[in-house]
Amino acid sequence: MEQYRAIHIPVTLKGPGNYITWSRMARKALGGRGLWEHVLTPYKKKKYVWKMLYIHMLGYDVDFGHMEAVSLISAPKYPEKQVGYIVTSCLLNENHDFLKLAINTVRNDIIGRNETFQCLALTLVGNIGGRDFAESLAPDVQKLLISSSCRPLVRKKAALCLLRLFRKNPDAINVDGWADRMTQLLDERDLGVLTSSTSLLVALVSNNHEAYSSCLPKCVKILERLARNQDVPQEYTYYGIPSPWLQVKAMRALQYFPTIEDPSTRKSLFEVLQRILMGTDVVKNVNKNNASHAVLFEALSLVIHLDAEKEMMSQCVALLGKFISVREPNIRYLGLENMTRMLMVTDVQDVIKKHQSQIITSLKDPDISIRRRALDLLYGMCDVSNAKDIVEELLQYLSTAEFSMREELSLKAAILAEKFAPDLSWYVDVILQLIDKAGDFVSDDIWFRVVQFVTNNEDLQPYAASKAREYLDKIAIHETMVKVSAYILGEYGHLLARQPGCSASELFSILHEKLPTVSTPTIPILLSTYAKLLMHTQPRDPELEKKVWAVFKKYESCIDVEIQQRAVEYFELSKKGAAFMDVLAEMPKFPERQSSLIKKAEVVEDTADQSAIKLRAQQQPSNALVLADPQPVSGAPPPLKIPSEPQSVARTISQPNGTSSNIDPQAPSPDLLSDLLGPLAIEAPPGVVSTEQHGPTGTGGVPDEVDGSAIVPVGEQTNNVEVIGNIAERFHALCLKDSGVLYEDPYIQIGIKAEWRGHHGRLVLFLGNKSTNPLTSVQALILPPAHLKLELSPVPDTIPPRAQVQSPLEVMNIRPSRDVAVLDFSYKLGTIVVGAKLRIPAVLNKFLQPLQLTSEEFFPQWRALSGPPLKLQEVVRGVRPLALPEMANLFNSFRVTICPGLDPNPNNLVASTTFYSETTGAMLCLARIETDPADRTQLRMTVGSGDPTLTFELKEFIKEQLIAIPMGSRALVPAAAAASPPPVAQPPSPAALADDPGAMLAGLL
Amino acid sequence: MCDLYKLCLGEKVKPLVCVCFSQIHFVLLVSRQGKVRLTKWYSPYTQKERSKVIRELSGVILNRGPKLCNFVEWRGYKVVYKRYASLYFCMCIDAEDNELEVLEIIHHYVEILDRYFGSVCELDLIFNFHKAYYILDELLIAGELQESSKKTVARIISAQDQMVEAAKEEAGSISYIIAQAT
Repeated sequence: MEQYRAIHIPVTLKGPGNYITWSRMARKALGGRGLWEHVLTPYKKKKYVWKMLYIHMLGYDVDFGHMEAVSLISAPKYPEKQVGYIVTSCLLNENHDFLKLAINTVRNDIIGRNETFQCLALTLVGNIGGRDFAESLAPDVQKLLISSSCRPLVRKKAALCLLRLFRKNPDAINVDGWADRMTQLLDERDLGVLTSSTSLLVALVSNNHEAYSSCLPKCVKILERLARNQDVPQEYTYYGIPSPWLQVKAMRALQYFPTIEDPSTRKSLFEVLQRILMGTDVVKNVNKNNASHAVLFEALSLVIHLDAEKEMMSQCVALLGKFISVREPNIRYLGLENMTRMLMVTDVQDVIKKHQSQIITSLKDPDISIRRRALDLLYGMCDVSNAKDIVEELLQYLSTAEFSMREELSLKAAILAEKFAPDLSWYVDVILQLIDKAGDFVSDDIWFRVVQFVTNNEDLQPYAASKAREYLDKIAIHETMVKVSAYILGEYGHLLARQPGCSASELFSILHEKLPTVSTPTIPILLSTYAKLLMHTQPRDPELEKKVWAVFKKYESCIDVEIQQRAVEYFELSKKGAAFMDVLAEMPKFPERQSSLIKKAEVVEDTADQSAIKLRAQQQPSNALVLADPQPVSGAPPPLKIPSEPQSVARTISQPNGTSSNIDPQAPSPDLLSDLLGPLAIEAPPGVVSTEQHGPTGTGGVPDEVDGSAIVPVGEQTNNVEVIGNIAERFHALCLKDSGVLYEDPYIQIGIKAEWRGHHGRLVLFLGNKSTNPLTSVQALILPPAHLKLELSPVPDTIPPRAQVQSPLEVMNIRPSRDVAVLDFSYKLGTIVVGAKLRIPAVLNKFLQPLQLTSEEFFPQWRALSGPPLKLQEVVRGVRPLALPEMANLFNSFRVTICPGLDPNPNNLVASTTFYSETTGAMLCLARIETDPADRTQLRMTVGSGDPTLTFELKEFIKEQLIAIPMGSRALVPAAAAASPPPVAQPPSPAALADDPGAMLAGLL
Repeated sequence: MCDLYKLCLGEKVKPLVCVCFSQIHFVLLVSRQGKVRLTKWYSPYTQKERSKVIRELSGVILNRGPKLCNFVEWRGYKVVYKRYASLYFCMCIDAEDNELEVLEIIHHYVEILDRYFGSVCELDLIFNFHKAYYILDELLIAGELQESSKKTVARIISAQDQMVEAAKEEAGSISYIIAQAT
C-alpha cells in the first residue's frame, strides 16, 4: 500500500526534484541497485541524505543509504560533514554496525585541530556513542575537556560526550586520576561549561560518591554563587533567575552524598536552601513560575534527603500543603508527588493527614496524572485511623475510574482494607463491594484471602453468608462474585437456614441459575457447593437430591477432567450417607499466615535507604504491586476438606477412565493439606518437604519422565532444584489456553500470557523471583524452529528479590509446522545454577481462528479439494475413547469449530477453521471425522486445505491430540496448579499410583 | 483493547531495552494532526520501537484537554509536553527527574527557534527541519542540557550558517570550477 505514494519532502535546496516517489522501486534503486553511484555532486548527496532522514522521521522504514550518510562524515568540506554527522546520529542508534566504520573518522576529527569538526564529532559521540566508542575515545575526550587551549564551545560538548561514554562504560573514566580534575572543573567560570560539567558530576557521584567527596563544597559554592546572583552574566539568567538548570543540577548532585560532614559547608548550604524555600513566590509569568518552582522542588528534595532540623521539615510540609490546593495543575501535581516522597522518608503522617480532604478532592481531578498521584499519596498515608474513610473514597471512585486505573485501584483498596480493617465485617463488606464493582480487576489472591478470613473467624461466618446471599439477588453479577458466594454459601449457608429464602434448595436454585453464565474454572466450585448443600440438608431432601444428582450426572462426562472428577466423586459420595458427612465436613481453619498481598507491599517498603535518589527510585510501590502478579505466586486458595478417615471412602471411588484414586493411609491430614497448598503458597509450612516422600505427586516431585523427554533440564549436576509441577503437563495445558504457569521451582516462577492475532502472536513471559535473594545471570534464549519468527525482548541480568520482570515475545508464523520453539532458560541463585529448556506453547492451533460454516458454504469447498495432497485421509487407531460431544469439545478447545448438523451421519463430525501464516495467508481448513460407534478407539479422519503442507501438518496435529490426550489423573495437577481454582479433595499421588500396579489394584478394590 | 495489549502498551510496563540513565530519553515534535515534525532519540530505540512510541504517545498527548498539567505518566516514565500553537513539544524523562526543569528546557528551545526564525511557525520547522536539528544539537547532548544561554546558541548557529554559505560561494567560484574540471 505504501508502494506508489508520493511524499513531499521539504528540502528546498534547488531544482524541481522535491518529490520522490516512495516505492519499492525507489528503495531498490537507491538501496540495492547502486543508484547512489550516480549521485555525484556533494550537493546532491546532501540533498538525498536529508530526504532520507525526513522519510525516516515520518515513520517509514529506511533501511538503505545508511552507508552513504556515514560516508559523508569523512567528506572534507564542512557542509557535507555536518549533514553526515547529523543524519547519522538521527538515523542510527548506538547498536548499529555501520557506526563502527565511522569510529576512525570520528576520532580523527576529535583529535584534529579543526574546532568545528571537533564539535560535530563530539556531538555525534555524545548522542549515539556506544561501548565501542567509550573504549577507543574516552582518553581523547578527557584531554579536550581539561585542555586550557580549547574554547568553552568545545569543552562543554566534551563534558557531555564524556558523560555518555561513562554511562556506556563506567571504566572509561579512571576514578583516581579524575576526581581532582573534576573538582577543578567545578571552578569553571563559563556557565555553559559548568552546566555540562555538573551533569557529568551527577553521573559520576551517582556511581561512587566517596571518590568525589571533594566536589561537595564546590557544588555548594556554585549554588551560593547562583543564589546570590554573583558573577552571573545577563545571558545566563532565565526570566530573572540565574541559570535555574545549573541550580537544579548542583542540588541533584548533592543528593547523592549521604550527609554533609563539614559544619560550615552545611551551614552555608542551609542558608541557600532557606532562601529558596522562603523566597519563591507564585508569580504571573508562567515561565518564571515554572523555573523558580523547578529550583524549589529540587531544594525540597534536598532538604528531605538531608533530613534537616525539624524546623525546615515542617516548613516543607507547609509549602507542600499550600501547593496541593493551588489552581495551577503542574504545581498541584508536583505537590502531591513530593508529599508521597516525603512520607517515605520521615514521620510526617500526622501533618499530611490534615490535608486529607484536599487530597481526596484531587482524586476527582479531571487530569488523570493528578488522580494517579493522589491515589498513590492516599495509599501511602493510610493507617488505622483513616482507613475507613480512604477505602470508602477509593471504592466510590472505582465506579467512575477509567479502566487503566481500576486494577491498581482495586488492589490498593484490598490491601488497605486488609492492613487497617477496624473490624472484620467491614473488611468482608469492602472486598465484596470491590468484587461487585470491579470484578474483572480483582485478582484471585483477593478473594482467596477473604475466604481465609471467614473460615478462620467463626463469628464472621453467618454475616459473610448473608452478605453473599444478598449479592446473589442482583441480576448480573461478576463471575468472581459467583465463586466467592458459592464457596461461602457452601460452607456456611446452613447457618442461614432459618432466614427466609435461604433454605438449601433455595440456595441451590439461585446458585444454579448462575451456572450457565460462568466459565469452566468456576463450575468445579459450584459442584462442591452443591455437594455441601446436599450434605447439610438433614434430614435428606429427596427433591434437592434429585436435582443435584441430575447436575452431577450431566457433568460426569465433561471434557474438563477437574469437573468430571468432582461430578463423579460427589455423586458417588453423596450416596454414602455418613461417610459423605465426614468428607464434606466444614473446612478446618487455615494456618495463620501473612497475606501475600501485604507481604508484597512490605518487601517494597522495607528497603528504605538513605539516598533520596534511591528512595525516589522506589517511589512506585504501587506499580510494583500491580506488576507483580498475573498468576498468583502465593496466597492460599481454599481447598476442600481432606477426609479424616480416608481409607474407608477413598477405596470405593473408581473412575471411568481406568485410573483410580487412592489416599495414602500414612499421610496425616494436616500435612496433606499443606501439601496441597504447596504449589500455590511459597510460605507453606515446613511440612511440605516431608510429605514429598509419597512420590512424585506432581505438586513437588520430579518432572514426569514420560512426557518430559523433550525437555531435558541442562546441567544435571548443577541443577539441584526441584521443579514444581510437571513441565510437560504445564506445556500441554498452555497449548489449549492462553495464560498460565510455564515453569516453576522453589525460586522462580515463569508465567506466560499470550495473545494471538492472525499469524502474529504476542506472548509475555513473567519471570517472578520467589526467593528473598536476587537471581543473577538470568539468561533466556529462544531456539526458534524454522517456521516461526520469534523476537524476545532482552531479559535483565538480575531479578531482584520478590520482584517480577516481564519480557514480551513476538511471534510470527511463517508457514505451517508442528515444530515447537524452545526457551533455553538459566539463572543463578548464590552458587546454584539452574537451567531448563522449556517448550514455548506457540503451537499450530494458536494460529487457528474458529470459523463456523453452514452447509452451503462447507460443501462446495469440500468438493473443490479434490484429493491428495490437498485432502488427506487416514484411519487412526489407538484413539483415546471419547463420546462424540466430548470429542466435539476437544476440537473446539483447539479452535477447530465443529459445525453440527452438516453431516447426515450422527456418528460423524465435520469441522472448519482458518489457519494464519505469512506464506499461506488466511487459509480455510476443513476436517471430517468418522467414528465407529462400536469401537471408539479408531476413527477415520479427512483433512483438507488449500495448502499441501498445511493439510499434512494439521492432520498430524489432530491425530496427536486425539491420541495424546493427557490422562485424567495426570491432568488434574496442572489444572489445579495453573488455573488455580480451589483444588478438590485430591488424592495425593495419582501419578505414583498409575505406575504402581499394586496400588492400582488396591484402588480398584 | 485486550488485557495483554494494555499490559504491554500500558503505563506499567517499562520497555526493557533502554536501561540508560540519560536525563531526556527522547525529544518529539508532533503536530495537532499527529504528524511528526522532529524526533531525536538519546536512548537506543530500534526503528520499530520508535514508531511504536510515537504512535502511542501522540495518542495519549493529543487527546489531553487544555488546562491539564504538562506531565503524563507513561510506561513508568514521564513525558513532559507543552503545546505551542499547533505543535506539541514532548520530552521523555525518568519518573524521578525534575519535571519543571525539563518543561523549561522545552520553552528555552522554543525561544531559541523563535529568535532564529523570527516568530517561528510550524511551516518554518517543516521547510527547515534540518535547522531545527542543528539548533537542538547545540542545546542538548546525550539528553542533557548543554547551553542555557540563548545568545551563545544563536552565535554558534549563525557561525555555522556562514560556513555553509562560504562553502557554497567557493563551490560557485570560477577557480573552483576550473579546479574541478582539471
